[in-house]
Amino acid sequence: MNPQIAGNPPVATPYFFYGLAAIMIIGGILVITRKNAVHSALALITTLLAQAALYLMLYAPFVAGVQIILYAGGIMVLFLFVIMLISIERAEKERQFNKQWLVGIAAAAALGGLFITVYTATTKGRVLFPEGRTSYVDMQNTQGIANLLFDQHGGTYMFAFEIASLLLLVAIIGAVVMAKKRI
Amino acid sequence: MHAMTDISTLHYLVLGAALFLLGVIGVLTRRNVVIVLMSIELILNAVNLNLVAFSRYWQSIHGPSALHGQVFAIFVITDAAAEAAVGLGILIAFFRNKETVNVDEVNLLKW
Repeated sequence: MNPQIAGNPPVATPYFFYGLAAIMIIGGILVITRKNAVHSALALITTLLAQAALYLMLYAPFVAGVQIILYAGGIMVLFLFVIMLISIERAEKERQFNKQWLVGIAAAAALGGLFITVYTATTKGRVLFPEGRTSYVDMQNTQGIANLLFDQHGGTYMFAFEIASLLLLVAIIGAVVMAKKRI
Repeated sequence: MHAMTDISTLHYLVLGAALFLLGVIGVLTRRNVVIVLMSIELILNAVNLNLVAFSRYWQSIHGPSALHGQVFAIFVITDAAAEAAVGLGILIAFFRNKETVNVDEVNLLKW
């Protein structure tokens, strides 16, 4: 099927994409530049919520919900609790960037150059990645994901799902052991 | 072929690359461990954005039930939760022993 066929109209105008992208970039810059770790966490939450909205634009409502509940609601609360446990007053007065920041910026610039090279590379006059708008797909999104994860006949990722539960168990034990005063 | 205002997969990839670079800069230059961990979350989210964008492109080729990218994104979120729990546990143990949150003071293995 041709990926560039015009399907139904997009769920939001392109201006929403650019607005959300701007929110995400500004939030990301604030995350890595703020002195106070709490401010960084709040900027990161803003970025995550804008990304959830982008998931909705990509017709992925289940991933958007998981993003809000698990990331913005779970992981970031964990971060904020840990920030409260450790003292941030002294860390705010200290030097914020380490001595090899110049090397770090150079490495990131090299990586950015790699991204630009890949994204602008052409084969037979076409870029490697699709440029056109993808067509609208009409399906129960959550049901489709559940079919891939749980279906006993065609559940492609059932084994990976079980392994993920094992990973979470190991992470729980690891976190408890690490945070315990005496084992 | 397509109007300039259409948002393509490439737009999402470029945004993901920008977020990835911000995360890399944060990991490599910041001293505060908490902010380094948050930068890692930024990197994981950039990857997730790419995965979901690819998933939509894949759906337009292979039909609406080809949701593999979104399933991968959910697994990445699971990994991020596990990583945050263990990483913050290590951070608490580290702060209890050294009374600091700066990564460049963890230099026991340095030459």
